[in-house]
Amino acid sequence: MTAATANTDSLSWYEASARQRIDALVDAGSFAEFIGPEQREMSPHLAIFDLPEQFDDGIVIGRGRLDGSPVLVAAQEGRFMGGAFGEVHGAKLTGLLRAARTLRQDALILFDTGGVRLQEANAGELAIAEIMRAILEARRAGVNVIGVIGGRAGCYGGGSLIAGTCSRLIVSEQGRISVSGPEVIETNKGIEEFDSRDRALVWRTMGGKHRYLIGGADTFVDDETLAFRQAAIDALKVTRGCGVAVLEAEQSRLERRLQRFGAARDAVDIWRALGISGPTDIPALPTDAFLAAANNRENADDAR
Amino acid sequence: MTLDDILAGLFPNGSDIGVAGAMISGSAIHPGAGLVHVLGISQGQPLGVDEAIVLARRVIEIVKSGDRAPILFLVDSASQRMSKRDELLGLSEYLAHLAKALLLAEAEGHRTVALLYGGSAAGAFIATALATGTLVALPGAHPAVMDLPSMARVTKLPIDVLKAKAEATPVFAPGLENMVQTGGIHVIWDDNAPLGPQLAAVLQRPQGQDDRAWLGTERGGRRKAAEITDRVVALAAAS
Repeated sequence: MTAATANTDSLSWYEASARQRIDALVDAGSFAEFIGPEQREMSPHLAIFDLPEQFDDGIVIGRGRLDGSPVLVAAQEGRFMGGAFGEVHGAKLTGLLRAARTLRQDALILFDTGGVRLQEANAGELAIAEIMRAILEARRAGVNVIGVIGGRAGCYGGGSLIAGTCSRLIVSEQGRISVSGPEVIETNKGIEEFDSRDRALVWRTMGGKHRYLIGGADTFVDDETLAFRQAAIDALKVTRGCGVAVLEAEQSRLERRLQRFGAARDAVDIWRALGISGPTDIPALPTDAFLAAANNRENADDAR
Repeated sequence: MTLDDILAGLFPNGSDIGVAGAMISGSAIHPGAGLVHVLGISQGQPLGVDEAIVLARRVIEIVKSGDRAPILFLVDSASQRMSKRDELLGLSEYLAHLAKALLLAEAEGHRTVALLYGGSAAGAFIATALATGTLVALPGAHPAVMDLPSMARVTKLPIDVLKAKAEATPVFAPGLENMVQTGGIHVIWDDNAPLGPQLAAVLQRPQGQDDRAWLGTERGGRRKAAEITDRVVALAAAS
């Protein structure tokens, strides 16, 4: 096995743990962790709430090789506190992104998060802001920061704002991206506004297919680790930076989206407006058929 | 303080600043600092796709003008707008776009200062106040990630228990002083003193790196963040 081969047979990204995802993503045996669980850098705040800590605070960071090239990688563990951002969790990611800028090395963020960890909400919120600034500064230095979304917890709250700061996003159907979660909207605005138990509604409003169709994500892949690996390799081939031209292009893209779809009442209306024949079939389509149907989607063209 | 009081205090020679709906936009001449672009969100309104795209357009126009004048972003908002429509249209992209525009302005040589004079919460707070180079606040401002009753529901703890825990740590409960201690807010202004010189003092700070985690360490509100961040940078450089 050479250094540039993948690690394992493909497995479900959705089902995999953070460590399994990293192992499957980078070249076999190439990952070296920074501040691993043996360092016992745990949250100093969860004990206040009588909650158990985890030795890595729910995020794995380090460096590996992807198709032979060094990359910095962070993976959130959605099974610990819903992958939420606390003080230590967030600081590990901030540090990795500042290193990306200093060392001019590309970074991959494998999101799996419900957003800010409420038990340390102020520290988590500030970590989100620090991470977003670190991403922008890294991108301006010519570094790619790729977001990968397809985990159990999705990419919610502050996590979705970080994703919106990345240079490119890779999603699977399971990759939900949204600021307010379904339960939060329902709790605050009522079940008439959003029925969080209507899973079909959740998936077509926030899921990976819809995000890909409106240009909210750049690459759509099957829920398989090897598909994510290939997409990550491809995503690192182009670098666009983040200057005024990119943000002007994003401004136009997001204004056009409001003009085209601002009156839509449901995702199906948007899919119909995109010219998709049989828009109600979209949720059931397998990847090949979906990508064919998505031919006239709104493409971000790196305007993000 | 009302928005009118704040603007009069900051710009005693007058200003050309309009309020359309919840959004503030215009410019003024500061006695010491010269031209200052002013924008913001007011009246405790939520920040949705429609507001974020207008504010971002204005920031990008300012950057393109090349004047490098400071941008003052006034904040009295609710949280992000919680609606099916906003999420259907990709609210996360709109909020991140506004944040990137503000971060871009700072990187392109504009001083960006946010003045929190009312409320703000969650995604709206991240996309506006926390995306500027320096965040200051007036007494009585009330930032929050989530209000305590909602937090009680999510954490399944009685609100009295949460209040008791909030006495022991600034790390989770809403409030101005907690956000100062954790390093998110640089300074609380004195509303009994003229505001103009206090803005001038902020604008005279050297433009530099993100120092919020270190402020949190110094003030005791976030004892781990800065040390962990710096350790990761050092480990990555050494390996």
